[in-house]
Amino acid sequence: MTAIEALRNTAGQVTAAGLGLPVVTVEKLRVVLAGGDAAVVEDVSLDIRPREILGLVGESGSGKTTLGLAMLGYSRRGLAFGAGSVRIDGTDILAQSDAAKRDSRRRLVSYVPQDPATALNPTLRLRTQLSECFPNPAEATEARLLQMLAEVKLPADGAFLQRFPHQLSGGQQQRIAIAMAFAHRPRLIVMDEPTTGLDVTTQAHVLDTVRQLCREHDVAVVYVSHDLAVVDSLADRVAVLYAGHIVEIGPVRRVLQQPEHPYTRALIRAVPDLEGRAVIQGISGQAPDPRHRPAGCAFAPRCDLATEDCRRDTIAAHEIGKGHFVQCLFAGTPDKAAATALDRPAQTGTSSAVPVLRVDGLNASHGDRQILWDISLQVPSHCCLALVGESGSGKTTLARCIAGLHRNLTGSLSLEGVPLPVGSRNRTRELRQRIQYIFQNPYASLNPRRTIGRSLEVALLEFERPQRQQRRGRIIAALESVALPARFADLYPHEMSGGQRQRAAIARALIVEPTLLVCDEVTSALDVSVQAVVVDVLRKLQEERGLAMLFVTHNLALVRNIAQRVAVLQAGRIVEEGDVAAVLGQPQSAETRRLMQDAPHFDLGNPPTQQANEAGGVDPSVAMRASVG
Amino acid sequence: MSRHVPRLLAIGSARIGSILLALVLAITVLGPALAPLSPLDFIGTPFQAPNAHAWLGTDVLGRDVLSRLLLGGYRILGLSALATVLGVLAGALLGMTAGYAKGAADEIIMRLLDVVLAFPQIILALLFVSIIGPELWLIVLIVAGFHAPQVARVARAATLRVAEEDYIRFAETIGMSRLKILIQEIFPNILTPLIVEAGLRFTYSIALIAGLNFLGLGTQPPTADWGLMINENRIGLATNPWPVVIPVLLIALLTIGTNLLADALGRVAFGRVEAGSDEAGRAARNRGPALPRADSAGVAEVQA
Repeated sequence: MTAIEALRNTAGQVTAAGLGLPVVTVEKLRVVLAGGDAAVVEDVSLDIRPREILGLVGESGSGKTTLGLAMLGYSRRGLAFGAGSVRIDGTDILAQSDAAKRDSRRRLVSYVPQDPATALNPTLRLRTQLSECFPNPAEATEARLLQMLAEVKLPADGAFLQRFPHQLSGGQQQRIAIAMAFAHRPRLIVMDEPTTGLDVTTQAHVLDTVRQLCREHDVAVVYVSHDLAVVDSLADRVAVLYAGHIVEIGPVRRVLQQPEHPYTRALIRAVPDLEGRAVIQGISGQAPDPRHRPAGCAFAPRCDLATEDCRRDTIAAHEIGKGHFVQCLFAGTPDKAAATALDRPAQTGTSSAVPVLRVDGLNASHGDRQILWDISLQVPSHCCLALVGESGSGKTTLARCIAGLHRNLTGSLSLEGVPLPVGSRNRTRELRQRIQYIFQNPYASLNPRRTIGRSLEVALLEFERPQRQQRRGRIIAALESVALPARFADLYPHEMSGGQRQRAAIARALIVEPTLLVCDEVTSALDVSVQAVVVDVLRKLQEERGLAMLFVTHNLALVRNIAQRVAVLQAGRIVEEGDVAAVLGQPQSAETRRLMQDAPHFDLGNPPTQQANEAGGVDPSVAMRASVG
Repeated sequence: MSRHVPRLLAIGSARIGSILLALVLAITVLGPALAPLSPLDFIGTPFQAPNAHAWLGTDVLGRDVLSRLLLGGYRILGLSALATVLGVLAGALLGMTAGYAKGAADEIIMRLLDVVLAFPQIILALLFVSIIGPELWLIVLIVAGFHAPQVARVARAATLRVAEEDYIRFAETIGMSRLKILIQEIFPNILTPLIVEAGLRFTYSIALIAGLNFLGLGTQPPTADWGLMINENRIGLATNPWPVVIPVLLIALLTIGTNLLADALGRVAFGRVEAGSDEAGRAARNRGPALPRADSAGVAEVQA
């Protein structure tokens, strides 16, 4: 009890980061689908103070981006404001005329989009790009532009200003977008997943810059993200959105360590942890469509604790701690699901002497540029090897070499001792059947003009000619092995969610009964709760069928949940390889240590550890917590 | 495609286009059954004004204009449809091959098609017809041959996009044959732009075949044909204008109707128009990729 009270006190003081009166006040905001009454955002009220960073978390379709954009007085095509107000510095931006709104956006608010590559005009030099942020061109002096670059830690010189966006890296582009957002000293900045496309190291640096600028310039920041770890390391407060409602809001440490809403808890259980104490758990069921939301609590159909009362009326928010509000009748009641300790066997079954996959001295190039240098690795039978590295390290190229999609290579590949020719067309039917590849993006890997059943059938018929009756049985069995009911055979990809599509793609690989599965970032396009479901399916398959698996990922935290062995790739070379526990427990190479350090930590239940960062400073939010702790 | 129909009919120009198309189609399909007289019989003096016996008067040889009009449409429509289908299929196959194979095959196919494109259509048609003679199959092949390069460009562009998708990579990993990938994986996914293109090509086919007939290179007298009628009856324009004016009007309505419909279909398919709102139509016009619009210049050119 005392521990909880202590936490509450800490939480209360952390909120004091935002000083003074709220600069942004959202009241009873409702955003609806145009021409209907279906609400995408419903009854949202919140305040943000200057210098405060509010994290807005939720999964796809939760309304987090819609809410973020609403604070700019903007609604996307097909949406309209139904009710409520958004006041920024006292002006209700929703009630303004279009011209007044534009003026407000010039002075009061700004926006950092998710993908900086498409947000910057490719034909403008940075000088012109940055100058455009100033309503009055006279303000855009050379000195001011250089200062903008310096603020976001980019080289502040005239030559850099002469560059075009394509001459910058993704991280540098995002820094420019951030500099542009801060240029006119707005009161509020909405950031829509600005670090999603960046690798962990760049992400850590960009987050650090955001934090610093927000404090220096007294700006309120709304940070929209699906990544709890990022929000944990950046935000002061967090609001958890589900089906358009804020189901829980409060100081970030408190909400993430002592979550009270069943959805927040389930979400946290789905996040893989680098320290890897618990098995990640998915959330069963699916978030409701805005047009068919149930009465009462929207989470009730997926909730263990739900009773008739939950399904009757809209649930009001209760304050259960200082500044900590929960929209749940059972706030504080522990739910039934409990964390299962992670107990990944070192090997699932006895392996034979011959490794399933053997790569020897592999060099691969894209055109004249060499991507992979002298790669040698083995995937034993009954083993999952994770291949980790940051973007550009060559991990996908290696996976494609193995699947026969990348042909520009030298070196040798063999499958159970049989040499693998380069390129899938040069391989025998049997070799092609035994290696199956699962793609990163389930939105692109299934032919949109075919039902799932038909897609599976086409794959099966390339290798076997079973009777029609038998085919149907095989298709249903494959779907069941990835926990999809038989009715999915008659659905088209666009009728399914991302997670269901990815499971269907896995079923398509399994139906031909391969010995080696190559999974290329198969969960990176999915929400965490869905990622947990997909990883669970893969782990069970690997254990039950004794499949060999090559699991390519940039997410080090996921490795413990799926793999027995791990290889770390840096700039096309393997720098470390070994058992997962050993490599992650005592990393030997500098690259592994760096990847582990820069990954946003999400070690709940532990006191926050200090994260060193290259800028040399101590993470300000951590420092602040430490000072009050 | 069927899911586009309600959204398509929400657009005003699509409604007008389908009404025009339905009107002309009704005339050509029902016409032969409704014709009061034989189109080849001489029923009176040339260029009689409309009267009780011949409702639209008589033509240059004293035949019934109404009967000739009702019978003169199905041939041009049928030939245009056939030429369009052949041209679109050939173009699609060439374009898909070029777009999927890339590299040298792509260059060879597309540059050869550019050569075909470089010839003025009517002149080339004149050349072939004067060598081989005014055969209908030849007209169909020539018109189809004109369409193929244009369709191939559209098909190639669409294929380049689809070929990057992971389901094509998957088909490659399981070793599906290249022809099967083209037909089974790529073709259904480029169908939408192809259908839109086919609509525009059909417009051109009508104009081109009517033009060839007008020039006397296609259907031969005494067969009733709209294009031919315009030519035959020019000299009597002052006495009885109907055998010229009405075929011109019908051909114009047909091309305008097809064009409006094809254009609207393109906007629906690429512009994500929501059903039931006029604003959606305006929105679609302002966004989405610019589509080739069949301009009426082509029609005017051959009818001049």
